[in-house]
Amino acid sequence: MKLDRRAFIELTVGASLGAGAGITFSPLPWKLTDDVAIWTQNWPWTPVPSEGQVSHADTICNLCPGHCGITVRKVEGRVTKIEGRQGYPVNDGGICPLGAAGLQLLYGPWRVPGPVRRVGKRGERNWERISWDKAIAEVVTKLSDLRSKGKPDTVACITATDQGTVPQLFSRFMEAYGSPNYIRTASAEDTNELAMKLLQGKDASVGYDLEKANFILSFGSGLIEGWGSPVRTIQAHSKWRSGNGKKAATVVQIEPRLSNTAAKADMWYPVNPGTETALALGLAHVIIKDSLYDSTFVNNSTSGFAEWRKMVMSEYSPGDVSATTGLSAAKITNLARAFAKAGRPLAVWGRGKGTTPGSLYECMAVLALNALVGNINKSGGVWTTLRSTDLGWPEVPQDRIASSGNGKPRLDGAGTQNYPLVKYRPDELPKIINDNPEAIQALLVHEADPYFTTMDTNRVAEAFEKIPFIVSFSTYFDETAQHADLILPNDHYLERWEDIPSPVGFHKEVLGVSRPVVDRQFDTKHAGDTVMAIAKKLGGTVANAFPWDDYEAVLKEAMGADWDTLAESGYVAKAGSTPSGKFEFYAKPYEPIELEGDSYTQPLTLIPMELMRLASGAIGNPPFCTKTLEETELKGNDLFVEVNPKTAGDYGLADEKYAMLETYRGKAKVLIHLSEGIMPGLVGIPKGLGHTGYDDYLAGKGVNANSFMGVVEDPVSGLSATWGIRAKLTSV
Amino acid sequence: MSTSEEKERNVAGGEQRTEGSSWRFLVPVIAFFAGFLVFLCIGWGIFPKILYSEKQQPIDFNHQLHVDEMGDCEACHYFREDGSFSGIPKSENCIECHESAMGEHPEEAKLIDQYIEPGKEIPWLSYARQPDCVFFSHAAHVRMAGLDCMTCHGPIGESEHTRPYQYNRLTKYSRDIWGWNIAGIKTNTWDRMKMDDCAECHEENGTNQACFVCHK
Repeated sequence: MKLDRRAFIELTVGASLGAGAGITFSPLPWKLTDDVAIWTQNWPWTPVPSEGQVSHADTICNLCPGHCGITVRKVEGRVTKIEGRQGYPVNDGGICPLGAAGLQLLYGPWRVPGPVRRVGKRGERNWERISWDKAIAEVVTKLSDLRSKGKPDTVACITATDQGTVPQLFSRFMEAYGSPNYIRTASAEDTNELAMKLLQGKDASVGYDLEKANFILSFGSGLIEGWGSPVRTIQAHSKWRSGNGKKAATVVQIEPRLSNTAAKADMWYPVNPGTETALALGLAHVIIKDSLYDSTFVNNSTSGFAEWRKMVMSEYSPGDVSATTGLSAAKITNLARAFAKAGRPLAVWGRGKGTTPGSLYECMAVLALNALVGNINKSGGVWTTLRSTDLGWPEVPQDRIASSGNGKPRLDGAGTQNYPLVKYRPDELPKIINDNPEAIQALLVHEADPYFTTMDTNRVAEAFEKIPFIVSFSTYFDETAQHADLILPNDHYLERWEDIPSPVGFHKEVLGVSRPVVDRQFDTKHAGDTVMAIAKKLGGTVANAFPWDDYEAVLKEAMGADWDTLAESGYVAKAGSTPSGKFEFYAKPYEPIELEGDSYTQPLTLIPMELMRLASGAIGNPPFCTKTLEETELKGNDLFVEVNPKTAGDYGLADEKYAMLETYRGKAKVLIHLSEGIMPGLVGIPKGLGHTGYDDYLAGKGVNANSFMGVVEDPVSGLSATWGIRAKLTSV
Repeated sequence: MSTSEEKERNVAGGEQRTEGSSWRFLVPVIAFFAGFLVFLCIGWGIFPKILYSEKQQPIDFNHQLHVDEMGDCEACHYFREDGSFSGIPKSENCIECHESAMGEHPEEAKLIDQYIEPGKEIPWLSYARQPDCVFFSHAAHVRMAGLDCMTCHGPIGESEHTRPYQYNRLTKYSRDIWGWNIAGIKTNTWDRMKMDDCAECHEENGTNQACFVCHK
């Protein structure tokens, strides 16, 4: 037979059909389909935890002042998950997005691998690795030099808190060295502490018994956006919202924009921003007028009420307050009555997450509202939580140079004649340095990122340029570290021992100790040991001020009788002592905090917005959290600002279109997000983006809200009371 | 020759072809069956050999001998104090008996020379490991549900030699997951460990079959 065209076709078609049928009746296609599906689930770049023995270890989160108990899950020594610690008195098993993302901070590329020295210009990110001995020697040489020139007071040190052994070691170092310029970064705690000093005469902060309250009146506090100890506040919020079909508490939110807290509140009152103090006093007016206040408490446990009452009754009638706040007199009256009649009402203060000091009058007015309903130091009320920095350490030995340095006034003016009440005024530093470039010759920064968090970023950058020597103790390549000359990296919080003070806003005292739950990942050193090593190398009285062998010895001694319990369970929940003393009503009409800028050329008001999914403090937002930002907050690298459609109409702005945002302090291109939830005339800017440090996961995304803000001094405290700034938006 | 004669011949030739076409229809049929058979063989015989790659275990382990000496499975594959399952023993477990040679078997000599003395882990290849997307708890199955080891692992305790470890080149899964029968046919409970097999047992026993029970 000849293989002609026809036969060829018949053969091919026949064989093909046969092959097809053969394959179909074999397992090949069915098995391959299954395998390909599985193959697509196992891309080599998908991170998969290693296999091995699983273990758990408890410690405390140190990423914000909320200080939750955490449990890390490990597989063969590698941390694979961070969970809330069950039964911990602050957060009982809960965790926030930042806390859960803490392992990205542990293993991320932003860790400083060991001591590094800057090569090239500041901020160029060029570093060379040096040994620990060399790094410490360099700091010692510079500091010895300044001391021998009789200028120890030109050294400043910034830490995030002054509570606990490590910040106190830095504070002690400064005292022994001879500089009064130990500074704590700013937060609402500054104002809370000052208010407690004035109203209660105590070195204390404010704790709120949120869980037991049944009427919560929040003056702009982001109760589910990271206020106080975030997880604890959210858990309290859940309790208010559940109660077998009937809500356990009423929540009223006073805020100019519809935040998540406002959206979930029973009532949301968008009052004119900056008039919250007037509203608080207006509510007090109604409560006094209707005799709804707790007269027993007011008569027995307070002082100055008569004068305060006179002021409130004469100047803050609902009619007057209505004109200021924009809230009708009827609403003010009803709100005041509902609050006073609630049984266990609680007025809460601290804008957003409480990252800025804010107005002292506003804080005092809110506390006075609580005092009026007899809500001080009792269940469901406001508690005086004592804050001490005294660790029982021996007095610091000082040589002649140290005494002379310590005798000089603080550069930031805190505690001086002009600002007698406050301990620290960090927001003033950029101005002081820019006005007098010689003022600070060396800056030490521990667990803080003032380059990013201080208001008026451009002025901060200028000031940093003027400081000849900057040492960062940062674990991460944050902005301050990026602009330092030397980085002496601290161990990560999961790698080290450290005592953890009581969480902010919490009414109970919980002393915790964080412990190493994972092996040291890099060539880092505990900052407590580093500062003591520097002191010992400096010699003389500076060395003598540190009689301890190492940081663990410091910690054990400072914890005293609590050490055994702390080493065993990680925390001690102390029975809160109820401070005696009367609550002082502070009778002085409030002065509104004026906004910086020109209302004619800058007709809008820019206010920061704080989000639960966006870390706005010294810790950069980890990728897990950045992923959760919505496309109305961040799109690519562009930041959205929120404006009301009416504002957009007035100024020719359109949704999702670019606009130029300009204030007296800064200017940048942003995208517009239209929202009915923000009052007309306001511009809301998310706080926490615009990093330049860390790496590409964070750097370059959005704009830093602080770069638009200036420092507006509180007329009483001298702290930064900035809550916004006048701004202009032009479509581009 | 006239043109008409040529035509006749051509016609005759055509007739011849027509005569030959009585078997011709078989050509595509034969081709069909040939293709069918060849590809059936490829699908059943050659494909599995290409799909799976084979490795030998680092040590030829005698389970039967160890079971006789040690007692039961849990002597080596034990639950830790926290309830988690230890899985394949580590070198430190082997050291307990084999710090020095107990006999003269070359595989024991290999264990000591290559792993115990240098302090290395034995890179055992796990036949039964479930994929990463599966959360499998031995405690839940053995301790709580009271399953026998054999239900999933078969009579491995009776083996005198380790069998070769085969893994899927595409998915990198052990062949034991799909099962050794390429058609996926099983006769014993331990023949296959696909999701359907888990579900089958969960259904029979009235256990929760929600996705999140295994896929956390």
